[in-house]
Amino acid sequence: MPNISLSRTALLSGVLLLAAFPLTGATFYIQLGAKIMIMAIFALSLDLLVGHTGLVSLGHAAYFGLAAYVLALISPKYEAASLWLTLPMAMIAAATAALIIGFLVLRTTGVYFIMVTLAFAQMLYAVFHDTKLGGGSDGIYIYVRPDATIAGIKPVDLENPVQFYYFVLVVMIAVYCLLSKALHAPFGRALAGIKINESRMRSLGYPVFTYKLGAFVFAGALAGIAGYLAASQFGFVNPEILAWHHSGTVLMMVILGGMGKLHGPLIGAFAYVLLQDFFSASSVFGAYAKHWQLAMGGLIVLIVLVLPHGLADLFERVAHLNERRDANLAGEE
Amino acid sequence: MFYLIQLLNGVQYGLLLFLLASGLTLIFGIMGVMNLAHGSFYMIGAYLAYWLVKITGGLWLAIPLGLAIALIIGLALEQTFFSRLYKRDHLYQVLLTFGLILIFEELRSILFGDDVHGVAVPALLDFSIPLTDTLSYPVYRLFLTGVCLMLAGAMVLVIRKTRLGMMIRAGSSNREMAASLGVNIPLLFALVFAFGTALAAFAGMVAAPISSVFPGMGNQILIICFVVVVIGGIGSIYGAMIASLAIGLADTLGKVLAPELSGIAIYLLMAVILLWRPQGLANKA
Repeated sequence: MPNISLSRTALLSGVLLLAAFPLTGATFYIQLGAKIMIMAIFALSLDLLVGHTGLVSLGHAAYFGLAAYVLALISPKYEAASLWLTLPMAMIAAATAALIIGFLVLRTTGVYFIMVTLAFAQMLYAVFHDTKLGGGSDGIYIYVRPDATIAGIKPVDLENPVQFYYFVLVVMIAVYCLLSKALHAPFGRALAGIKINESRMRSLGYPVFTYKLGAFVFAGALAGIAGYLAASQFGFVNPEILAWHHSGTVLMMVILGGMGKLHGPLIGAFAYVLLQDFFSASSVFGAYAKHWQLAMGGLIVLIVLVLPHGLADLFERVAHLNERRDANLAGEE
Repeated sequence: MFYLIQLLNGVQYGLLLFLLASGLTLIFGIMGVMNLAHGSFYMIGAYLAYWLVKITGGLWLAIPLGLAIALIIGLALEQTFFSRLYKRDHLYQVLLTFGLILIFEELRSILFGDDVHGVAVPALLDFSIPLTDTLSYPVYRLFLTGVCLMLAGAMVLVIRKTRLGMMIRAGSSNREMAASLGVNIPLLFALVFAFGTALAAFAGMVAAPISSVFPGMGNQILIICFVVVVIGGIGSIYGAMIASLAIGLADTLGKVLAPELSGIAIYLLMAVILLWRPQGLANKA
């Protein structure tokens, strides 16, 4: 497969670009970049379910939002919480929710699964929206970002936008590598088998339910990282981050980029947020800029109809065409 | 007496849910399409009622006009978008209908703004039956219950007794076999879809005087309809009926007995059903 070297070069240059970006950009764009990478982590975690296990979850924002709320609830009001304490707690909360919900929803398949994941996410939304636990529909502010001090050393200052950006970049790369390792390990191969033919995997003796639940919990914990980072960045949580709108958005990122490929969700997150930024730019669309969802909705419909395999697939096909043309040219000479 | 009122409200809400959930479950069961935009038709119905009442002056004229418009919109959407989705993975159905929701919501925002609107109860039905010195029950709610019951009855009759109903049941249990026996599947699909959307729009129109007309009303009820369909079992009208009433009562009584927890009650009910019968009440494993 000639593509491997190609995509590896593309990935490496992408990482280098991202690493170099803060040197040039203004603070606004550095923050936008961090936001996009957080969404990329979120999309990566969902793709583990949708693209690699064949589980279409429409309630993935629940784990993202829950982790964000955990940070908001356990942070002291005017002091920084310890990153090394709160991040694991947020991840454990998200993973525990995914374990309980996964145990219930994985009893269903197909259309049922989609509806039930959505319904349970909506239940969490109702919990935070209707009760006083998380400040109701107003949400909670986090005045101080978590503090990364460990053993007296502060490796990164999250209050600094540039350092926060690099922290998110490092986390994103770590999540990417972790997923890549997991997918090439027997665990990931079993998930791939389940996606293609579940009953065959079962008759081969694989505990299919346990594998699916494992993937669900893993994806929930990773979504928790993204939620935690988002809450630290924006300093604010409200029930909308758990809402199905958010789940739909991240699913769209996965499809837009191309599901089942690790770099797909990354491309999708970048493309989606940048497009959203473009459609909501009042300098371009004037008074209609606040109706950016109209253009986004149209784009989603269009993508489903004409580009179901996403941008990653499109890039690959274009690259293939070039290769073939190069090969033809070389042959002619 | 207070509980009688809540009981009546619960039944009325349940029947309204049934109008929506029955269309949703039939579209799933027969066409295999996951339609997130079903709730949007409820919203479209309510806004059509608001708009047409302003033009025509009353709900009696607004409803038939609105139904006609909803049918046309439903048919047009089936032809342009949904007919391309029948053989596609559920994932794409979810996304396309998610995109449609965004479009509908923004069009609503552009055309009608983001304010909450009210629709007047028709003068003929705008009075209450006194129950005790302080409590009374609005007649419009009783009327609504009656209409929903009639529609539900008519639907059961159509599905059980008519040729169209036979085709719907055949298509629901085995699409390919029905097609090879000469059932015109594209036509049947178009009919079922348009009928389902018109039913949802109708629910929105008759609910408008009670619930008022507000942004996001479609999404709120859509998720409750999902719970209904999951509990009842996909493709089953009877399951949808039982589940709608159960949810209607659970939600209404929940709001009275434990207001803080009422948002969660219906999901807990769903969790119990999932543990007990993951395939839904009406479907066999």
